[in-house]
Amino acid sequence: MGETGHQEVPSDLTLRVKSLESLLVEKGLVDRAALDALIDTMEHKVGPRNGARVVARAWIDPAYKKRLLENAPAAIAELGYTSGQGEHMLVVENGPKVHNLVVCTLCSCYPWPVLGLPPVWYKSAPYRSRAVIDPRGILREFGTQLTEDVEVRVWDSTAELRYIVLPERPAGTQTMTEEQLAALVTRDAMVGVAKVRVPPSGGNQ
Amino acid sequence: MNGVHDMGGQQDMGPVVYEKDEPVFHASWEARIYALNRAMRALRKWSLDTDRHALELMSPVDYLRMSYYERWLYRLEAQVVQYGLVSREEFESGQPAPGSTKEGPQLTLATSDRWLDRGIASSDDPRVRPSFKVSQRVRARNINPTGHTRLPRYARGKTGVIVRDHGVYLFPDSNAHFQGEKRQHVYSVRFAARELWGASASPRDSMHLDLWDDYLERA
Repeated sequence: MGETGHQEVPSDLTLRVKSLESLLVEKGLVDRAALDALIDTMEHKVGPRNGARVVARAWIDPAYKKRLLENAPAAIAELGYTSGQGEHMLVVENGPKVHNLVVCTLCSCYPWPVLGLPPVWYKSAPYRSRAVIDPRGILREFGTQLTEDVEVRVWDSTAELRYIVLPERPAGTQTMTEEQLAALVTRDAMVGVAKVRVPPSGGNQ
Repeated sequence: MNGVHDMGGQQDMGPVVYEKDEPVFHASWEARIYALNRAMRALRKWSLDTDRHALELMSPVDYLRMSYYERWLYRLEAQVVQYGLVSREEFESGQPAPGSTKEGPQLTLATSDRWLDRGIASSDDPRVRPSFKVSQRVRARNINPTGHTRLPRYARGKTGVIVRDHGVYLFPDSNAHFQGEKRQHVYSVRFAARELWGASASPRDSMHLDLWDDYLERA
């Protein structure tokens, strides 16, 4: 049961989509060039790299971090990121005793401008069902162990607010540049299923 | 409606399957149906709320069996006929009827920036008064509407605290059904994990849900 990753695609789906697209284009309801542009945006212009830049900036610039926590859409737009599904974003901050986790139990709500489209696991039944009843179990499945004294806050995106986790800056990164820091920040850390780590071989050498 | 889409709290869905270096789309048809859905919604024959509800109306077996974008294809095929954009005959033949009118694309390359940025409706309209305030204790109503709702079953009848007033938004329960926008305040409500799940939950943990005024009552 459930969506266990991606099955091999029946060619039937390819044909059905082609047929529907041709008909809607022929009817003058959609414009192929606009579809191409939209796909290009989602594949190449938005994605977790945007969010990583926001996080890195917040780590090095306390004034920016303050603006980000108070008015995330405006602070994120300062870096040039605006587009659909990001009009009402909120940033929730992790700390030594607080860990935030984002889910959409009802569908697939996700902050597109900073993280792009969600991965399959985020939209899948296993994650959507258990993130609220067993967040610590979900975190363990992602390799994130929390001690009992850490408070877990789960954010279920039931309305039009979109949540991004501001992860903790890892120790030993004091001398890193903003760009080096951004390279450490993962999508998973901004959804809250992981922490940001300095890779043992890489980092600030 | 109490459908299979309302998954919070289910325990029988198996482990989370993680794909390393996952692509944005797994096949070209996924990208095409994603873009088609967004373009067709820009025609404004239906809203985002209507779109969400259309997936909820799928049979639970189909909902669980189909991949995410297969659901989107299934939905759009039904919508173009249901909303009269395409006739049943045209859909089945794949050909426009001779002499059928061309509406002209709402969404062209020249305007795509604008419709991509088109916002989710909300406002800080001061005429819409909030029924609750921050720090107030509230109970999520025990309601079981048969139409669209964004109040998950796991929170119904449970007591929490308002931690933030997000401002005014359209009410999905009416908007999804073309029954008006019913603009009202949405709040972030914090529920203790133990209130939702009982004594086995951590005493420190909490779940935050964004809930409309009409979902709440004084506790």
